[in-house]
Amino acid sequence: MVNAGDTAWLLVSAALVMLMTPGLALFYGGMVRRKNILSTMMMSIAILGLVGILWVLYGYSLSFGTDIGGFIGGFDFIGLRQVGQEPSSTYATTVPHLAYMIFQAMFAVITVALVTGSIVERMKFSALLIFSILWLTMVYCPVAHWVWGSGGWLARLGALDFAGGTVVHITAGVSALALAKLLGPRKGFGAEPMEPNNIPMVVIGAALLWFGWFGFNAGSALTAGGLASSAFVATNTSAAAAGITWMALSWIYRRPSILGMVTGAVVGLVAITPAAGFVPPLAGIPIGIVAAVISYYGMLFRMKRSIDESLDVWACHGLGGTWGALATGIFASVAVNAAGADGVIMGNAMQFVKQLAAVGAVWGFAFLATFGLGKLVDITVGLRVSKTEETVGLDISQHGERAYGGVLR
Amino acid sequence: MKKIEAIIREEKLDIIRKALDDTGYYGMTVTEVSGRGKQGGVTLQWRVGEYHVDFLPKLKIELVVLDEDVGKILNVITNSARTGEKGDGKIFVIPVDNAVRVRTGEEGDNAI
Repeated sequence: MVNAGDTAWLLVSAALVMLMTPGLALFYGGMVRRKNILSTMMMSIAILGLVGILWVLYGYSLSFGTDIGGFIGGFDFIGLRQVGQEPSSTYATTVPHLAYMIFQAMFAVITVALVTGSIVERMKFSALLIFSILWLTMVYCPVAHWVWGSGGWLARLGALDFAGGTVVHITAGVSALALAKLLGPRKGFGAEPMEPNNIPMVVIGAALLWFGWFGFNAGSALTAGGLASSAFVATNTSAAAAGITWMALSWIYRRPSILGMVTGAVVGLVAITPAAGFVPPLAGIPIGIVAAVISYYGMLFRMKRSIDESLDVWACHGLGGTWGALATGIFASVAVNAAGADGVIMGNAMQFVKQLAAVGAVWGFAFLATFGLGKLVDITVGLRVSKTEETVGLDISQHGERAYGGVLR
Repeated sequence: MKKIEAIIREEKLDIIRKALDDTGYYGMTVTEVSGRGKQGGVTLQWRVGEYHVDFLPKLKIELVVLDEDVGKILNVITNSARTGEKGDGKIFVIPVDNAVRVRTGEEGDNAI
């Protein structure tokens, strides 16, 4: 039976999550050099289009179709067959199946877009499109099925992931690292500072991410009620705690940084994602604080190793998602969500082991699969732009546009 | 005729402009420039870690004056641009062959 309140909330949530991808375009676009703003934003926007089509054609089916061996969904929902105005009998049974499908579509979109933060300012646009198609198909859809699909092997194992700590953030973060390793550093990386072109744009992007994340996490309750409210409060609390923590860290070393604070808030949102609907709202405070500290030092570690994972998708999403998944195993309580489980604090240490297993499996699979797919694209069409194209900047060399016109022509 | 090119602190522009006005020199061209010198740069931060920016924002004032006014104008600019700290800027004096007022076609001293 379709419930009007649940449907209204889920449709609004889908729209909120949609807005996160243009938000990400601003967030990433402000952090690159001025010759690569449009190219960086275009990566996210193009994926909004690309995955928007692929998801209704086959992505939803591979993720949520009838289980095949615990690893992938079947073809029963290809081209939205059997996905209509009536609810699914398995997923979100109080809203039209179409509403659940489009909510999930927005998750697939932003996950693919997140990966692009690692390869900005040097990856060929055509190669990115091909890679994104392969990655959605071979990495995102299987992992979404493992964790959220009915019969998925991690779901059966009892690993908890409320809104995508493993599915979205670990897959994106770990894949970003693998792809950056394959692609190599930007020309001049380490030798010259690469200054963000527009920090106000980063702040607006982060604000849109924070706003959209309420749809992401509270929407993942799939119902409009107490659970959505609990997830909403946990989400805001963690974002606030992590933002303040990062601000404090930057202040200890130098000055209170706004780029640092908004980065921290995003990391807090990442970490609470798997936990939001399983933990008490106040758990958002320790989850957010620890997430910021882990990501901060993860970023320093990445820089010391001279890896040009340019916008730190691994440190923010990979590490934040990992901590969030493990924290779910610590703070979860069936008093919050009867469909969840108790964690370590409630006396169930086994849940932590299950979370650890899910983290390990997704890390390993995402890294290896991405490395393989990236290699394939590299030997066929090539991953990188030419040296000259990189020097000129990708806005002009890949898109024939510039961000800011002037009087000199 | 001489061209006076002065690199100055941004915040000194208004004072210099008024002082030149009082001396009878109304016309000038101002450009936003970046420069490095004894003042050094500034250290900024990324999400983690920091980097150094050597070039600081300055203004460049250009005006062409009569030979006999050069000393007076150098005094006016120096006195109003000075703070005594590193970074006050520099003034250059450059000979000019000719000048033309576009509206009337007047040349030489009459054009300035």
